[in-house]
Amino acid sequence: MHGKGKAVCLAADIDTDLVIAGRYLRTKDRSLWGQHVFEDLDPKLAPRLKGSVIVAGKNFGCGSSREQAAIALHEAGVLAVVAPTFARIFFRNAINIGLPLIESNLNCIDGQIVSFDLSSGWVESGGKRRMVRALSPRMLDILKAGGLIEYWKGKR
Amino acid sequence: MSTLSERILKAPAGEYVDRKVDRAYVHDGTGVLTLEAWKNMGKRGLHDPSSLSVIFDHIVPANNSTTAALQHELRGFALSSFMNFLDIGEGICHQCMSEGVVLPGEIVVGADSHSCTLGAFGAFATGVGASDMAAIWMNGETWFRVPETIGIHLTGSLEGATEAKDLALKYVGELGMDGSTYQSLEFIGESAKGLSIDDRLVLCNLAVETGAKTGMFYADNVTKKYLAEFGHTIVPQLPESCNYVKELEIELSDIVPLIAVPPRVDTVKPVHDLAGLPIDQVFVGTCTNGRYSDLVRFASIVKGNKVSVRTIVVPASRTTLTEAIRTGLLADIVKAGCVIGIPGCGPCLGAHMGVIGEGEVCLSTANRNFKNRMGVGGQIYLSSVSTAATSAIIGEITEPGVF
Repeated sequence: MHGKGKAVCLAADIDTDLVIAGRYLRTKDRSLWGQHVFEDLDPKLAPRLKGSVIVAGKNFGCGSSREQAAIALHEAGVLAVVAPTFARIFFRNAINIGLPLIESNLNCIDGQIVSFDLSSGWVESGGKRRMVRALSPRMLDILKAGGLIEYWKGKR
Repeated sequence: MSTLSERILKAPAGEYVDRKVDRAYVHDGTGVLTLEAWKNMGKRGLHDPSSLSVIFDHIVPANNSTTAALQHELRGFALSSFMNFLDIGEGICHQCMSEGVVLPGEIVVGADSHSCTLGAFGAFATGVGASDMAAIWMNGETWFRVPETIGIHLTGSLEGATEAKDLALKYVGELGMDGSTYQSLEFIGESAKGLSIDDRLVLCNLAVETGAKTGMFYADNVTKKYLAEFGHTIVPQLPESCNYVKELEIELSDIVPLIAVPPRVDTVKPVHDLAGLPIDQVFVGTCTNGRYSDLVRFASIVKGNKVSVRTIVVPASRTTLTEAIRTGLLADIVKAGCVIGIPGCGPCLGAHMGVIGEGEVCLSTANRNFKNRMGVGGQIYLSSVSTAATSAIIGEITEPGVF
């Protein structure tokens, strides 16, 4: 729900094919998705993602519904994704696997520390704190539980 | 007064609601992860297996032993749990659900982004990921944020060699790849009523390419007649005056054959501007343009001609294929030099059956032209069936109307 990491700046309209290519989907080995994340965008990106906060342009995660895209980011060690808007299926998928998303139009400087707290609804970088639109209470609960699987396990 | 989404979800735009899902479906791609998520949630039973479908369409038949093993497990589960199961070759999930299954007013959720296609029937149809779907398997319901709606008024009629796909590319180009994010589209106006179900399916199919939650048509007499052939009696939905967040007017007679230039679906140009661009492969099919009416248009152009580049035609379903065999269309298409694929998604997702190579150009009737999607280093241009057929004969991008 809260954390901080080094910013990795990405463009607008990053589609889920670019996050994890279709040729890597047919497996249950999640670590494979983390290894190949963003391979078609920039093959040098994956090793930089551990402990990072991705700061992207609008419409992050558009295209295919593949949940593997959100899982790949999580597996690669991304702490959160900040973007002005997210494609809606990716939005649900990310929260459902426990990856925090923050709707904000942040000026991105590669490597700059970005901190966030979704319970209080803010994101901060370069000494400037911005309030962000709160997640729905349900989404916050799912995220707090660590994802939808844990959420439903807890309701047993 | 309500939009169609508000009417079906029974709440005003902006509200969060929990709603029963009338029909839910997965395919061989998303089903594997759904099954895994469902098991990890505690294997607490399936709420209503009769409302759940598993449809194999993405990599059919399996292309290697890893895929085969994943499909084997999902197939076994679907059969043993009494879900509706459609094995390889039955067709693309959205198409199978459009053949007399989905009805007006229903809430339909598919584990595939193009599930919005089924809004063509006046259903609220949208895509989700695997975890959401696993929860639907378990609970029979999910949460929605009721979307605001963009109204797309259609006037006039398509002329010359233009078709619904050109109209679809037109609105995607105008709205842009995120023009409708978190919102839904309603296609309205006198000309909406004149469109066939196949045309409506094409228009709703592309809705997600603008970020929309769904694209919808009001069920009318065209819908009623189509569903009557499957034995369903439906009551048309009458539009009410309602609040749209945005309205778009499109005069159909102004539309010319269009093409989406890689790597974005919203980079839309007249085919005329790209005429002469050499192509290596033509692909006709998918949940956008693999229906029988598409094969009719395709065959009418290639019949008696020879394609000059490799051309892959994949019927959207077994029903489509059977009809094309019965009427002789298939023979016309094969004699023209095309190859026929197994009903399903074909090479659209770049997994098999027509992957393109480095530096190659594919002209496709599908809905996505993202970087590397059909193969690393390949380029995908998206067009109508008529443009694809004409270009296949010439071997370069060509405006339809010459054959």
